Formats: sequence, C-alpha cells, structure tokens
Amino acid sequence: MAEVIYDHVTKRFDSVVAVNDLTLEVEDGEFLVLVGPSGCGKTTALRCLAGLEEVTSGDIVIGDRVVTHIPPKDRDIAMVFQNYALYPHMTVYDNMAFGLKLRKVPKQEIDRRVKEAAEILGIQDLLNRKPRQLSGGQRQRVALGRAIVREPQVFLMDEPLSNLDAKLRVQTRGELIKLQRRLGVTTIYVTHDQVEAMTMGHRIAVMNQGVLQQLDTPENLYDRPANLFVATFIGSPAMNIFPAQVVGGDGTVQLVAGDVKLEAPPSHRNRLADYVGREVLVGIRPEDLEVVAGNPESEGGDTVRLPVELIEPLGAETLVHLRGPAGTLIAQGEPRIHLDPGDVVTIRVRKDHLHTFDPQTELALF
Amino acid sequence: MTTAPVRTIAQVAPLPLRQRVRLWVESEPVLAYLFMTPGWLILLLFMSYPFFLGIWISLTDRTVGLPTGEFVGLQNYRDLLRDGVFRLTVLNTFIYGFVTVPFKLLLGLLLALLLNQAFRLRNVLRAALLLPWIVPTALSSLAWLMLYDPVLSPFSWLLKDLGLIDASISFLGSRGHAILSLCLANIWRGTPFFAVAILAGLQAVPQELHEAAAIEGANAVQRFFAVTLPVIRGIVVITTLFSIIWTFADFQLVYVLTKGGPANSTHIFGTFAWQEGIGGAGKLGMGAAVSLYMFPILAVLSAILLRHVRSQEA
Repeated sequence: MAEVIYDHVTKRFDSVVAVNDLTLEVEDGEFLVLVGPSGCGKTTALRCLAGLEEVTSGDIVIGDRVVTHIPPKDRDIAMVFQNYALYPHMTVYDNMAFGLKLRKVPKQEIDRRVKEAAEILGIQDLLNRKPRQLSGGQRQRVALGRAIVREPQVFLMDEPLSNLDAKLRVQTRGELIKLQRRLGVTTIYVTHDQVEAMTMGHRIAVMNQGVLQQLDTPENLYDRPANLFVATFIGSPAMNIFPAQVVGGDGTVQLVAGDVKLEAPPSHRNRLADYVGREVLVGIRPEDLEVVAGNPESEGGDTVRLPVELIEPLGAETLVHLRGPAGTLIAQGEPRIHLDPGDVVTIRVRKDHLHTFDPQTELALF
Repeated sequence: MTTAPVRTIAQVAPLPLRQRVRLWVESEPVLAYLFMTPGWLILLLFMSYPFFLGIWISLTDRTVGLPTGEFVGLQNYRDLLRDGVFRLTVLNTFIYGFVTVPFKLLLGLLLALLLNQAFRLRNVLRAALLLPWIVPTALSSLAWLMLYDPVLSPFSWLLKDLGLIDASISFLGSRGHAILSLCLANIWRGTPFFAVAILAGLQAVPQELHEAAAIEGANAVQRFFAVTLPVIRGIVVITTLFSIIWTFADFQLVYVLTKGGPANSTHIFGTFAWQEGIGGAGKLGMGAAVSLYMFPILAVLSAILLRHVRSQEA
C-alpha cells in the first residue's frame, strides 16, 4: 500500500496535449476516481501511472519511489482493463496465477492466493474454465482476481464496469466499494460515469481537456463546484445555467434574467458586489427548484412563475421542463405531480443553493 | 366458457397448384439445393471429371497422339515403384517441402513481427514484402535462373570478391547444389505468404493483452510465448499446412530452373509427371500415375487442414 503522487505530469501525443500539468496526491488506501468526458485525459493519466505511456514531463511517485522511468512490471501495480484483457487460452486459474508465476512465487503460495481471491470474488467454481466460457460479470471478477492475487501497492482500474449491463453494474459497483474498503489498497479508478464517481470515490478528480478541474470529496464537488464545467458535469440531470444581470441598489443585490428577478441571498452579496451592472452565469440544480402546489402569493422574491414545456415522470421523481428566461430550466418535482404542457407553475428557488460563475473565466464566485 | 371453433386442415380449401409449387421451391431445403447447383456443376465439370479421367488414364497405356490406350490395370503404378527416377522424385518432393516450409515459417514470423512494429515507411515495406508473391513465378524464376548462372551469377561474383571462394559455383550443376538452390528460391517466394498471413494474425492480438502481461511482469520474449503465439497459433498452423500443400504441388519454379535435371535428379512430382506424360516420352498413363501418387499425401494434409479450419471457426 502506498500513496501516489502526480507531480506536474504532462503527456503530449505529437501536438495534442492529453494530460496538461497534472499535479495531485492520492493518499495511502484512498479510492480516487478520475472522471471526465471522453478524451479528457483521464485514461492517459492512468496509463502514465501504469508505465504504459512515457510521460513527456513531470514525475510520478508510488510509495517512496519515483517511478517515472521505471517499466510497468517494476512499479508494483495491478491494472483492471475495460475489456478485462484476460488471456483467452488460459484457464481462470492460470489467468490469475500468471503474474505470480512470472515473479517466481512458490507454487503453494500461488495456489493459496488464487484460491483466496477466488473465494473473495465467489468464482471458486470457475477456476478451470476458459474466459470465453464466462459471462461478462464473471470475466470482470476474474480480471479483478488477477489484480488482487498480485497484492500490489496500487490498483489501477480503467472503466472496469462499463462493459456490464446496467443492473450488474450497480451491483458490482457496490461490491467493488466493499472490496476496496476491505483490502485497503490505494485505488485509482477511471470512469466517465459521474454516478460511479460520486458513489465510489473517497475523492474525485474531475478532468477536462487534459486539465484537472477540481479535486475534492463527492459532497464538495456537488455543493461547491469550482467552475462551470464541474458544475454541469457532476449531477444528473445537470445543473441549470442561465445568464443574469447583476443589479445593485440600497443594500440589496438582484439577479435579473428576463422577467425573472431573484434577490441574491446575503451570503452572495459580497461576491456579487464587483459584478454590479455586469452579467454573471447563474447555476441552480433541479432539486433546488421546487414546484409549489397551488398558486400562492409571491413570497419575497424567491418564487418565479414559469410555463411548463414537458413532463418526464421517472417514478421516484418527475422532471418538469420549464420555459426559462434563457432556454429550458429543469425542476425536480414530486413523483405523482399532475401538470400539463402549457400550465404556468410557481417555482420556489432555494436561493442559498444558488451558484454564480464569471462568464469569462467560468470560475465559481465564492 | 366456450371455445372458438377451430378449423381443421381438411376444412381449408387447398391452394392452387402453381402456388403450391412456388411454396415448395421456396422452402428452405429445396431452395438451398437450387442455390448449390451451379457450384456443384462447376465442381463436377472442372474438378471431378478431370480427376476421374486422370484415374482412368493412369490405368491405361495411353500416349500423346493416340486417341485411346489399352487398359493395363495398376501396371503404371508398379513400374513407377521400380523406377529409380521416380523414387528420387518422391524423396526430392519431401526434401523440397519439409526443408523449405520451416524456413518460410520462421522467416515469415520474424518479418511479420518486425512489420508489426511502428516505424517510418512501414506501409511501403509491407507493400514491398508482397512483391515475390505478386510477380508471376515463371518470371521470378527466370530472374533466379540468371542469379544461378554458372558463369555470370552475382552470388559467385560477390563471394569471389569477398575472397570466400576461388571459382564460380555451379548452382544447378549437381543434384545437391541444385536442390539447395531450388529450396532457396522457394523460400524467397514463399516467405511473404507467411509474413502477410501472420501479420494479419498479429494485428488481431489485442494490445491490452500485451499491456496486461507487461504490467504483470512479462518481458518481450515471455509476452511472445504467453500472449502472441497462442493467439496466432491457428493462423500459423493453417498457413503452414497450406504452404506444405502448395510446395508439394509446385511445378513452375523447378521447371524453369532445372527442368528436373541434371540427369533427372531434381524432379518433384509435378515436373516428373509432366515429363513422363507430356514433355518427354508422352506416356499419358504414366504421367497420370505419377500425379496420383501425390493424391494420398495431399488428401491427408488437406483433411488435417480442413479439420483445423473448422475448429478455428468453432
């Protein structure tokens, strides 16, 4: 077990910068998720750590060793690939034992470790099968088992769940979390799925276009996104974003977008003071737009009236698409809400959950 | 609860004849045979008929120029077994096949591994690799004929310039030299086939398998044996079997380079059959018998090959 450090790591492929000056520390035993859209550099960052890609500049540290120029086999890591990369001609047992045999681990020890890992993963009965005789979920377990038996300092996982069907993915997700907590091995996990990121990671590193956007706990990423990209990437349905004019006057600050006028809560007044007379981007999550039943009187500037465009009943909740001042706003309504397109509804805005961003830098205003 | 009346087949009016015929023709078993008919016809006409005609001719003493011959039973086959040239031909064919194929396999594998690496001009080299395979053998054999010329051979010149030999080598002048020379030319011609086939196999080896093995501690050689070879094994076996069959049935290279000489000592089945049947004596029956001695060997090889191809498909 070990900590992992990326120290100003940059990886270029010809003119493309896949990873740009990445600096981050992963603590010993931590489950860190690298998340971002495809092409954001997360997989490249992982492959650099594995030694499958040579870094262009910067250093990588595993434990107390700088491994930047050390070949993969000497980095004491194990990797789980998206397609599992099981050796097709070997049995499950041999697949798991292969790395140990190469390292000249005594036969009895290999046997002990393989059987132990097989038991943890519930694949004892599959040890004599070939990969092609296994289901996707079973293959995934074998790939995990192959990593576990090595007892490495760090697990690297590259979208290991993305080839499973939705139900199995949720189930395996939970098992993986329990397994990691139990083994306590530092784990770096790459995914493009923000639900996986939120549920699995102790901390999450959000990447975009090769640049680390924010490194934080799931709660902080959700509640205090550092910029517009993180705000819209984390959370489903995505945060509503619309431009608004900042209007100041005798101790109050108002955000004005079309007919909608919102009085900024006291906590926001300071940060918005510099923006009076200018435009900012306002972000509000769907669950912070409450569909108010009936037709109450306006209450102190935290409600707005908007027409309904579309209703999406999802069972546990209903997504209400509203025609906002600049494009559609999505509000998360009660599960059995009865609305029709064209209805005008009252929406209460949880103003203390408002996010504001600078339109140029797209950084959050704190 | 009442059940709805069910109409039995007898109650349904029979279809008109034309429609019934159409239905019958379009039913899967019938249609399948219909589609296969052209293939069967071609096979019958161009493969089975000559094959059985060849068997019949081999049982006669028919010669070129005469319309028929006498039925002689297995006389031709018996005569061949006593013929020293034929026995030498059999030996030559086996040498030719079993000496060249391992070299072609090994060189082809090495070339494929090289060409599977990323480097500049790789595609140009890959294309160039196919040249020996694309050039008609009769033509490239002529080039080899010049290379093996007893007086003008560039090989001899080069070796003499390097001071390794004193006199020109008579590449095709003795049986031993001639067979080696034939093998060399055959290896040159056959290697690209192995290289291209194996290269295709190598490209099907998932990169992730190599990466997984590299992380687990395998060096390049261990990765070759643990990852690459098992994945391309099928292609290697099939390519090898094909090559053995083609080498056994070769004709052009030997015909152009030595015509079976000197003194009939470098014949293989193809050239000897031609010489017996058409070229020299014109004994069609004898030539056919020579060819048919090849049949059981090739049949066994083909059977192994087909079995392997099927197991690959499974």
